[in-house]
Amino acid sequence: MSTPAPAAAPDPTPAADATEAVVVRGVERIFPGAKGATVAALTGIDLTVHDGEFVSLIGPSGCGKSTLLRLIADLDEPTAGDIRVFGKTARRARIDQAYGIAFQQAGLLPWRSVAANIELPLQLHGVGTTERRARVAELVDLVGLTDFARHYPDQLSGGMQQRVAIARSLAERPSLLLMDEPFGALDEMTRERMQTELLRIRAETGAAVVFVTHSIPEAVYLSDRVVVMSPRPGRITDEIDVRLGDAAERGEDLREDTAFFEGVTAVREALHGPQASPAGAARGVDVR
Amino acid sequence: MTGLPDAAIATQLAPPTERRRRPTSAGPLRRFVQLVVPPVALFIVLVLLVELVVVAAGIPPFVLASPSAIFTQFALYAPQVLEATIATGINALIGLVIGAVVGVMLAIVASFIRAIDGMLVPIVAAVAVVPIVALAPVLYTLFGSTSEVARIIIASIAAFVPVFLNTLRGLRQVRPVHRDLMRSYAATPRQETRAVTIPSALPHFFTGLRIASSLAVISALVAEYFGGPRQGLGSAITTAAASSAYARAWAFVIGAILLGLVFFALTALIERIASRHR
Repeated sequence: MSTPAPAAAPDPTPAADATEAVVVRGVERIFPGAKGATVAALTGIDLTVHDGEFVSLIGPSGCGKSTLLRLIADLDEPTAGDIRVFGKTARRARIDQAYGIAFQQAGLLPWRSVAANIELPLQLHGVGTTERRARVAELVDLVGLTDFARHYPDQLSGGMQQRVAIARSLAERPSLLLMDEPFGALDEMTRERMQTELLRIRAETGAAVVFVTHSIPEAVYLSDRVVVMSPRPGRITDEIDVRLGDAAERGEDLREDTAFFEGVTAVREALHGPQASPAGAARGVDVR
Repeated sequence: MTGLPDAAIATQLAPPTERRRRPTSAGPLRRFVQLVVPPVALFIVLVLLVELVVVAAGIPPFVLASPSAIFTQFALYAPQVLEATIATGINALIGLVIGAVVGVMLAIVASFIRAIDGMLVPIVAAVAVVPIVALAPVLYTLFGSTSEVARIIIASIAAFVPVFLNTLRGLRQVRPVHRDLMRSYAATPRQETRAVTIPSALPHFFTGLRIASSLAVISALVAEYFGGPRQGLGSAITTAAASSAYARAWAFVIGAILLGLVFFALTALIERIASRHR
């Protein structure tokens, strides 16, 4: 299943891969378990995320969706298979800052103000003070926190902290955003507002997004394509094209649209099988 | 004795600054008065009560010196008390600085090198349970009875333990999400240390320093009970008590209390500033 390292090999795919945001081929991640046993977090993963595409990874706990995201981000390494981000290896892409990342916990540095938190990646990569200041002003405006730029994370609500984290992930204008349940810890109202805001930001930046979630409506509302995963061993079981329209045109009323409900039903059936849909016997999946 | 490194004291001191941060209708002065007047009033009442009991019951001074006699002695011997306080304070300060510097350096080494961590921590844990002042007579013999070195060493060891343990814990407090973030930024080890590891550890270091400051004062003072040069507070207290000048002994005890409070208040203030946004 695993492809040989395609360095200078006469393989036609690398050139084609360069136009894709993410190409995952035959990836496997096996964790060592207790007493010599192994846990197959991911097996035989093939996934392509096109440039500018919004792809959600959905599945019950333990299906390896976060692990897959961490592999793409090169925060972890696959035991087999190959990952390309804009045609580069995941490691190269990380070193070249090809992506921005946001986690379930906002992960802000509590001793830095909002502005200084957003500035952090720019500062680490040697961007000049003037340019940094201008970019931070742009970003706090983008996430609607201009009045809070000098506040500290402990003075902000969870939703505001997450907005700062998103602004930080956008600081270097990445063409790929990796998001690991960024709204998972927020209440439903805040979450819906953040989703709409994310769509707007995404429309403005045109970045490709890989979005890990366990909420079906969230995945359907945000995505162009929903990738359904299943545990033991973690694998991709289905892919559903949602295409509810351009990110810019998706509004709150979409949540009451028939196409939205059809998407929700399709994803739910892919997760549970068609017979399970009315009872909604969710196995660790949020069906709100 | 001096301000003990009691967690209770810390929590009692914490609320005022915490509350002052929130804007309220009352001015800061009024707030300060509200916080300071009640304990001061209670203290005065207690002192008057003791005075009353001592005088009314005719308690002899070697049992309990009357507050008025102590204050008279304190006023009378103020220059000597100040001198003795400075002598002990210098020993405590030098010990605190040495202990803190060595504690931080060893904590950094231990946090980087696992093998050293495994060797050091059990030894420090053993040192922590030894009453360091018990070493005083041995060290006086070692360094000579005219030298302050023994006292400084004792204060250093006493201060070293909490600084080392707290700093080491702090250096390990980097949250996994911050470590992931730094990796995603492809930050160099140096950048990661500066941006995340040190700021995460700082509040823990200052907590260690606050505990160490009280221990340094206590150790430097108690070490004087076992001999050595006679300039410090401990020597003055024993000398006064030995010559039956009980009120004067108490006057030096007041000096010791003030010294302990100064060390504690300064380090507690630094700690608060360092952990404003946690």
